[in-house]
Amino acid sequence: MSRNTEDIEMRLLLEAIYQQYHYDFREYSMASVKRRLRQAREHFRCASFSLLQDRVLHDPAMLPKLLDYLTVQVSELFRDPSYFRALREQVLPHLRTYPSLKVWVAGCSTGEELYSLAILFREEGLEARTMFYATDINLEALRKAEAGVYELDRLPLFTENHRRSGGKSSLSDYYTAAYGGAVFDKSLRARTVFSDHSLVSDAVFAEMHLISCRNVLIYFDPELQNRSVGLFRDSLIRKGFLGLGAKESLRFSRHNGAFADFVREERIYQKRDDGDRV
Amino acid sequence: MIGGSAGAFEALSVLLPSLPADYPLPVLVVVHIPRDRPSALAELFRAKCRVQVTEAEDKEPVRPGVVYFAPPDYHLLVEADGRLSLSSEEPVMFSRPSIDVLFESAADAYGERLVGIVLTGANSDGAKGLRMIGDAGGTALVQDPATAQAAAMPLAALYACPGARALSLAEIAEFLQKVPVTK
Repeated sequence: MSRNTEDIEMRLLLEAIYQQYHYDFREYSMASVKRRLRQAREHFRCASFSLLQDRVLHDPAMLPKLLDYLTVQVSELFRDPSYFRALREQVLPHLRTYPSLKVWVAGCSTGEELYSLAILFREEGLEARTMFYATDINLEALRKAEAGVYELDRLPLFTENHRRSGGKSSLSDYYTAAYGGAVFDKSLRARTVFSDHSLVSDAVFAEMHLISCRNVLIYFDPELQNRSVGLFRDSLIRKGFLGLGAKESLRFSRHNGAFADFVREERIYQKRDDGDRV
Repeated sequence: MIGGSAGAFEALSVLLPSLPADYPLPVLVVVHIPRDRPSALAELFRAKCRVQVTEAEDKEPVRPGVVYFAPPDYHLLVEADGRLSLSSEEPVMFSRPSIDVLFESAADAYGERLVGIVLTGANSDGAKGLRMIGDAGGTALVQDPATAQAAAMPLAALYACPGARALSLAEIAEFLQKVPVTK
């Protein structure tokens, strides 16, 4: 099979998924999509993407399985502890001045980032005035996020991350071990709305004080990155904060001018006063 | 494309400083590095090299005459339009960045114009990717296992990609000088 044929088939497969199920991966970073679709092709024992397309078009039960390949679900609690330390020490003092707060975890996957922020806000006494929005396109991942159960063998890493983030309590205060899993305290998500939301096709839904969207934009092509950052700009209040992944930046973004570096090395940005007009 | 693990720093210290300031090709490098702290590789080699050396950024266009290192805790990939992408997909064989991930995407993006090199290392990352580079018509090179600080990675690459040539570091350096003319 020539590489060219494979590329044609891949584009047709993504088009089929979009037309039939309205999940739009056509503007994702193709190198990574191709790699993951090749894994799916192997897993489902299809000789080509065309055969995989046939399966997914005629068997709706295939869709969630394929989505698990197409959406990357790799995270950890307090991933990049220095990011959470910067939120704690530099961003939260600003947020403290507002009587009520809205925080959006965009592309929350299985919820690790949401629980990290909920714990951080509780430790800093801001939880009671905050609404959290945790969104993703993968419903199965959202269900896992809402359940808040993680494998016990991941907890040593989470605990170490939390400690390095400047954690003021013990992470073990927030979960109980049961059936080989760590079940996180459901009160942590009492102020969270979990929702199906796509950065590709959906719109602004609330005015946010902080948006954390880390290691999501790297899977998008530059045009879709622009759309997403534009959506964040429109969702943030003036002087609202945007946190990106450690290796993501607004440097190549069309909306760069709407934001100022706030904590440069942690990729935390602040929307400018005139950000809506830029 | 160059991939290495245990002992790769010394091997790269032979290869990269040998490139002239006006080297007309991009060089992408994956070295297995600890995930939880910033990598000093780009900085260290910047001081030793005549070519530009940098840590890769997401969606950055690949430029000739620049050496790009994969950052810690991210895979590095090449898009068909010549931009770089980062990814935090699962580690491959316990490695993120993974050589296989870079090589696979580069084989798709560059095809026969690509040279893949597997250096010293103690696991088998890079073997599958080198095979894909060979299958796409690219040139597959391996550091001669007899001269490698850790032979496992070159041996695995030669086993997976029998068409690959085993060369000493001096021979690879010489090859890199000539590639722009012959390819």
